[in-house]
Amino acid sequence: MTGVVKVYTSSVIDAPADRVWAQVRDFNGLPSWHPLIADSRIEGGDPPDRVGCVRSFTLRDGGSIRERLLALSDFDFLCVYAILESPMGVEDYVATLKLTPITDGDRTFAEWSAEFECALGREQELAEQIGQGVFQSGFAALNSLMTRR
Amino acid sequence: MVEVVRSTVVPAPIDRVWSVLRDFNSHHEWHPAVRESRIEDGLRSDEVGCVRRFSLADGAELREQLLRLSDSDHSYTYCILDAPIPLYDYVATVTLKPVTDADATFWEWRSSFRTPPGQENQLALLVAESIYEAAFDALTARLTSGSTRSRDGSASPVPAKSSGDRVCGGVVLQAFGGPENLKWGPVSAPPPGPGEVRIEHRAIGLNYIDVYCRTGYFRLAEPPCPLGMEACGVVTDVGEGVDGILRGDRVAYACAPVGAYVECRTMPAALLVVVPDEISSEQAAAIMLKGMTAEFLLHRVHRVRDGDVVLVHAAAGGVGQFLCQWARAIGAEVIGTVGSQDKVRVARDNGCSHPIVYREENFVQRVAEITDGRGVDVVYDAVGRDTFVHSYDALAERGHLVSYGQASGPIEPIDIAAFAAKSATVSRPNFGHYTSTPQQVRAITDRLFRALRQGILRVDIGQRFGLSDAADAHRALESRQTRGSTVLIP
Repeated sequence: MTGVVKVYTSSVIDAPADRVWAQVRDFNGLPSWHPLIADSRIEGGDPPDRVGCVRSFTLRDGGSIRERLLALSDFDFLCVYAILESPMGVEDYVATLKLTPITDGDRTFAEWSAEFECALGREQELAEQIGQGVFQSGFAALNSLMTRR
Repeated sequence: MVEVVRSTVVPAPIDRVWSVLRDFNSHHEWHPAVRESRIEDGLRSDEVGCVRRFSLADGAELREQLLRLSDSDHSYTYCILDAPIPLYDYVATVTLKPVTDADATFWEWRSSFRTPPGQENQLALLVAESIYEAAFDALTARLTSGSTRSRDGSASPVPAKSSGDRVCGGVVLQAFGGPENLKWGPVSAPPPGPGEVRIEHRAIGLNYIDVYCRTGYFRLAEPPCPLGMEACGVVTDVGEGVDGILRGDRVAYACAPVGAYVECRTMPAALLVVVPDEISSEQAAAIMLKGMTAEFLLHRVHRVRDGDVVLVHAAAGGVGQFLCQWARAIGAEVIGTVGSQDKVRVARDNGCSHPIVYREENFVQRVAEITDGRGVDVVYDAVGRDTFVHSYDALAERGHLVSYGQASGPIEPIDIAAFAAKSATVSRPNFGHYTSTPQQVRAITDRLFRALRQGILRVDIGQRFGLSDAADAHRALESRQTRGSTVLIP
């Protein structure tokens, strides 16, 4: 038995959307801005903007994760990916990271959402871990990185 | 195609921002460019397909239609139907999204349209700045400043819920009996609970049933209590979970729990309907109970059709006048009974082609003459004991006797088998069974308001009394000195 979980997080990044996009569009670039990620590489030597490429990265706590790029849009500022392997115990995990310009103040509305299945009873814990631990902390780091200068 | 996108972040939770924006008619409350707005055809502002007709500060008129409204996406799409500005094929979408790490809301407004050649930039800027960005600023100010402009121009704190009971004046029945038992005094309206709103009355309708309540002939309310069955007012406070009614909306009701003779009152939102702008508060207060009754008698209990012959008793009375007006407009031939010669003209003015003074003429005989012996298709009889048997006699074969009251006293038991002589139908409808859900009330008032707007129904307000003079109004009503409808004004 599995439960379906949907996670939605969002934040306002105080920088223009094209600048934020330049930072996050690199599918191999997580270690440069996300505090949980130690290192990353693209399997098979593919370029990181080749749709279908797989990134393999290591978390600071030692776990490793493999994710496949499903969609990348420079037009929509959008990136969709799926987890192939992870220690988290999630199935059919698909996540979307999307940026939208806020015309008022030239800022960025950032959304990060995911949908996945997991063992019954773990929904709450995983939603919390992914929503707060991964996505929202990523936004916080991104915001301080983008506004540092 | 020109595309315009503007977005902002409002420092308020998405539910609050959405509760304002999802009302397609709310823009005149807060958008600085919009002076007046109303929804056409008596539709509600959250009804997909509804059209808002509004005017700008410079007097220009626009019409826009709601194409999509989604509470799950916090988003709606609309198009321009008519505008004095050359924006062709204009379709716009407003979308809200929550900012999950702050108590804030992302608000995006995007549109696409065509313009005459060369005007693209100028019109794109106009839309972006004068409409979208002006809206961002105004609504943000409204949601964060702690005060709001209501439709009648008065300012009051936000959130609209206020904490304490509101004390106002009302006419309270002290004990069953005469008009002298109606006393002016303070009444309190508590803050609205879930599903409730608090309203401030603008006009209250007077009905003969109020006299029955006062004397105790109908035990609908036990004194001490305010009387009154219908009114129109403005919403001042809105409780949790109320859909479709906003602060500042003008609303009306009929046959709620007794107690309309008050300046303000708290009641379930489900009993209320929003009154279209072109119907005055006095008209609404005067017509709700009688007009809704006429609606279900003519359209639901019996469906009157073009060419039917209809007999209306008390054709110059409150409900009788509306029955005559409406049946005539449908195309029926209306025969009516009245109590005296001076009411003949009243009945005639209301569409009754054959007024019969029942004290001077035998109405069964007159009906037979008028219909060449055929009889009438339907009789509307609220007189009761004095007329019931004769009403049956006036029916055509397969006719329908609708008994909706008994002003002259209880009706004798009837022998249903005898009805076979004409295959007659008899109905004894009860207002409550036609108005027991908000959907039913809405269906009735939609048609009622439409009929008013189209001029099918006319409300004759014969006299106005101050609310505190309700006892005088009762005296006038009981001594038959009133004409048309009577309203009490707080």
